[in-house]
Amino acid sequence: MQKSLYIDANKCTGCLQCEMACSYENYGVFNISKSRIKVFNFEHAGRMVPYTCTQCAEAWCLHACPVEAIKLDALTGAKVVNDATCVGCKVCTIACPFGTVNYVVETGKVQKCDLCGGDPACASACPTAAITYVDADWTGLDKMKQWAGKTDTQPRANG
Amino acid sequence: MGWTKKVLRVDLSKGTCKSEPLNMKWAQEYLGQRGLATKYFVEEVDPKVDPLSPANKMIMATGPLTGTMASTGGRYSVITKGALTGAIACSNSGGYFGAEMKFAGWDMVIFEGKSPKPVYLAIEDDKAELRDAAHLWGKTVWQTEEIIKKTHQDPQTRVCSIGRAGENGVMYACIVNDLHRAAGRSGVGTVMGSKNLKAVAIRGTKGAGGIKDGKAFMKATVAAKKVLAENAVTSQGLPTYGTQVLMNVINEMGALPTRNHRDVQFEDARKISGEAMHEKRPTDGKAQLVTNAACFGCTIACGRISKMDEGHFSVVNKPEYWGASGGLEYEAAWALGAANGVGDLEALQYANLICNEDGYDPITFGATVGAAMELYDLGILTKEQIGMDAPFGSAEALVKLSEMTAKGEGFGKELGLGSARLCAKYGKPELSMGVKKQEFPAYDSRGIQGMGLAYATSNRGACHLRGYTVASEVLGIPVKTDPLVTEGKADLVKAFQDATSVFDSAGVCVFTTFAWTLADLQPQLDAACEGGWSMEKLALVGERIWNMERVFNNAAGFTAKDDDLPPRLKTEAAKTGPAKGKVNGIDVMRPEYYKARGWDEKGVPSKDTLKRLGL
Repeated sequence: MQKSLYIDANKCTGCLQCEMACSYENYGVFNISKSRIKVFNFEHAGRMVPYTCTQCAEAWCLHACPVEAIKLDALTGAKVVNDATCVGCKVCTIACPFGTVNYVVETGKVQKCDLCGGDPACASACPTAAITYVDADWTGLDKMKQWAGKTDTQPRANG
Repeated sequence: MGWTKKVLRVDLSKGTCKSEPLNMKWAQEYLGQRGLATKYFVEEVDPKVDPLSPANKMIMATGPLTGTMASTGGRYSVITKGALTGAIACSNSGGYFGAEMKFAGWDMVIFEGKSPKPVYLAIEDDKAELRDAAHLWGKTVWQTEEIIKKTHQDPQTRVCSIGRAGENGVMYACIVNDLHRAAGRSGVGTVMGSKNLKAVAIRGTKGAGGIKDGKAFMKATVAAKKVLAENAVTSQGLPTYGTQVLMNVINEMGALPTRNHRDVQFEDARKISGEAMHEKRPTDGKAQLVTNAACFGCTIACGRISKMDEGHFSVVNKPEYWGASGGLEYEAAWALGAANGVGDLEALQYANLICNEDGYDPITFGATVGAAMELYDLGILTKEQIGMDAPFGSAEALVKLSEMTAKGEGFGKELGLGSARLCAKYGKPELSMGVKKQEFPAYDSRGIQGMGLAYATSNRGACHLRGYTVASEVLGIPVKTDPLVTEGKADLVKAFQDATSVFDSAGVCVFTTFAWTLADLQPQLDAACEGGWSMEKLALVGERIWNMERVFNNAAGFTAKDDDLPPRLKTEAAKTGPAKGKVNGIDVMRPEYYKARGWDEKGVPSKDTLKRLGL
């Protein structure tokens, strides 16, 4: 079963444990400026929203890459940057409609979420389950259940 | 290692910024943040210094766990000689600013001297420079953050700044970061303002690296987070109601100081409680509370984000206050509410927003308004002097006075003095409810005896965060003690003070101690920092820090007479509630405490004590 990151922004408190976990997983340092997931704080609305790559099926970044440095990981569905091939041309950062591929000056390569090979550190670190890693075919399950709970049904008499 | 091992020294008089290595010998003896920065401070500053003179210094310091995945690891502290108190000051703040300082590669920033003109410090990793702040002077905290982020074209920059309160010499000005987190007490913002330093803007891209044993550290932080997640206070009470979970609890105990401590229970406590913040308002059908929120790295998330009732008289036609913003927390709700007898939740949130926006401490402000209302009640202050009717319970007066204070308009100028100076000016010094010129927070020591001793002996003046015996006396953490007796409180206060000194020096939030003991913190520190951090070493560090602060205060001129409570708490018994008939037994507890500390009867640490602690 393929899995997908599922983000419920209503549960996010803005603690940034996800950003630290991401940077620690990939760089061995607690450094949110290196994180591939970002939490946006809309202060005046009182909303905190984590955002990262959705791993598009027809990934613009993958198609745009002139050297085929971005490949599909068939196991996880992640679109993964191969550092050895990436030439840092940044075309993918322009192609991505969501801004979730970004250039790293220090390495001269781009970086994006690769789902940590199937065990995303951000989801493990999130203390409120705002970020979970669920069945890719059922990212709507939580919302369906919420609405189902609101459906008006008669209590059954006599079991 | 935990530390970046680098200190930034900013000479405001000369306009220079220099990097120097962290004194690692001191780091082994004082850990970081509060302890280590205070060590630097007492080594470099004359205890007799005028807090508002260029000779005073101000240090912003992180702890070894700041900027790491340790839960709540985002704290920084501001250490200086307090403008309000004249005692050692150490104000601790959350938000995201502290972690950013660490990410830029600095353990602490030491400010000395005074800039000839308004400036702000801009830090980008190793690069630090003072920049002109003429365009920021006169701006609020909220405007300052916005302008700096726009100017730098970097929304990821973190900013701390003073508002107009700090510029205009309000004696209890804060330093506010991330819009509504503050190094709040003792007038640290007043000191910053006296140096013509408007703000510090930091962008750090280096991160917090160099953890001594990464694997052990991750294991320790996960285990400690589990403790927080399984504790009822840190996993349910605080996220749901914030610190405001306490309003009804403390009121029922008869320990909610009301109307400048005339009463110990407030008839409208429920209306200004955490529960009330969840209730839909009859006016617009919305609850004041929008969401809870966390500071950097915090898995508790006690923060309150609220929206005001747009039709409330304080904000009608003022859309700039209609958006979500910080508050109310318990201490602010109490000081702006019960302390003045004001039961209008919206008015309290408005005054709280003004405190955040203009950068001044809502505890001291609210308590000072309470004192002014008592002076008004006694006929000592008149309507003409204050510029309005100001009886206890007047939400209108609270709102107007909050608008006048930072700007120094009319009677606001006098409120900016704080209650000790205000009451002394009008011949009633005994009506200031505080210790060492700093006002009490939200626990009446007639109903919670140990807090009287904690207030009286707090090194930064009356404060709940130096030794929070409420945890034991009210909540039973780590063990339940009887709040109405003095027996055993000397040892209890000492234990809380010493342990808190360690937490305040580590980079984590003291609220973790609702669930954590030193035994939960120790493995995290030991894995992060070189040097071997045992329980015994940490206990000694805590006691050493407390005594170091005490020695500084004694040299600054404080004596045993300053370890005392106002006469009201010693002679006027609580009128209602479980503590009815009780006064605080500070005169019984003080000598017991001095003895427990190894101090003489004058409150001076003995030679043996100093030697034992390596002071």
